[in-house]
Amino acid sequence: MAMLRESQIMKIHYITGIAALFVVAAHILMRLIMPYNLSLEYDNVIANYHNMPYVVLLESILVLIAIHGFNGLRIILLELRQSKAWEDGVTVLTIVAMMAVIAYGTRTIIVANGLGFE
Amino acid sequence: MIDLIIEKIEKMEKKHQKKETVRSSVVLKVYRANRRARESAHYDSIEVPVERWTTVLDALLYAKAYKDSSIGIRYSCRMASCGSCGMKINGIPRLACYTKVSELEGSTITVEPLTNFPHMRDLVTDFSQFFAHHRDVQPYIQNEEADIKDKAKLSEFMQTPEDLDKFLQFSYCIKCGLCYSACPTVATDTKFPGPQALSQAYRYFIDNRDAGGKERINIVDDRHGIWRCHFAGSCSSVCPKGVDPALGIQLLRGHLLGFSKNEKKVADLQERLKKD
Repeated sequence: MAMLRESQIMKIHYITGIAALFVVAAHILMRLIMPYNLSLEYDNVIANYHNMPYVVLLESILVLIAIHGFNGLRIILLELRQSKAWEDGVTVLTIVAMMAVIAYGTRTIIVANGLGFE
Repeated sequence: MIDLIIEKIEKMEKKHQKKETVRSSVVLKVYRANRRARESAHYDSIEVPVERWTTVLDALLYAKAYKDSSIGIRYSCRMASCGSCGMKINGIPRLACYTKVSELEGSTITVEPLTNFPHMRDLVTDFSQFFAHHRDVQPYIQNEEADIKDKAKLSEFMQTPEDLDKFLQFSYCIKCGLCYSACPTVATDTKFPGPQALSQAYRYFIDNRDAGGKERINIVDDRHGIWRCHFAGSCSSVCPKGVDPALGIQLLRGHLLGFSKNEKKVADLQERLKKD
């Protein structure tokens, strides 16, 4: 079942956690370039989605936080019970949930950006 | 100069004296339970006379000798060497032979069995799982070059004081199980090897006489292995021998993540270069 060693998974966990700090900081700073309430208006939000570097930033936030968060959830659930079936089940479930969240988030970004729909 | 030193020592002694409370007797609140006899858990209060130097183990043995001979307790050396008399004293895992009554606050001392261990009777717990985790990390030197059957091949494994310093503190472990009892991860995850086994894994991993590092790493680098440590640090704070298992765990993690340079590999490469 284990494709990666736990140390490799934890390396990914730490790297995604640290990287997420930077991209989320950049994301928050982008809210400060204009008054906060203005930055959340419909037109400005759509304009953000049409800005390619910002799209890359949003996608990286989505991927990094999904990987870090779902691995964290896997770790918490692993400690609840100790059986092979539970451990494998938790691992598969968290991977599937992570991929579903990334897929849905990516879809939202693509739709808002208008890629392939214009 | 000498006067100054004497003054300092006197001050330190005075400070120490303030911490100690001299009493003529204390009440031991002893946890009693016997599952086999279907006795439900309860506490027995026993008053015992104490001196300034009386340890909790002395007080318990007095109670067992003169008040209630049925108290279940495990002990052996009475000098913090064997690690048999671990128990929770006033809620903290400690060695009963290493804890003076005068150091404890209050006139009632609560003694309970160690948590995270299956309970047997009164203050006695089952160490099978704890020792199994210890065995699992292969706590012995593995070296193919040492042929113990061929006496002619037997020779010393030379070590420098620096080599020794890397693992010395971890070799002071007496396997008393106090760190295992204090560990919050062990409380929820029974497959977690615990601070004792993990620090011993580091102790042999970093020993330059050992060649079984890879195998040992594979054992601890598991779903329920070294990465499940929450770094609460309670293992280090309860150790009666001054070992810092939390440090051992973090150092081994550093090696696994590639932060710490692998000195064994460096030494091997240097030797190969010398030979070439």
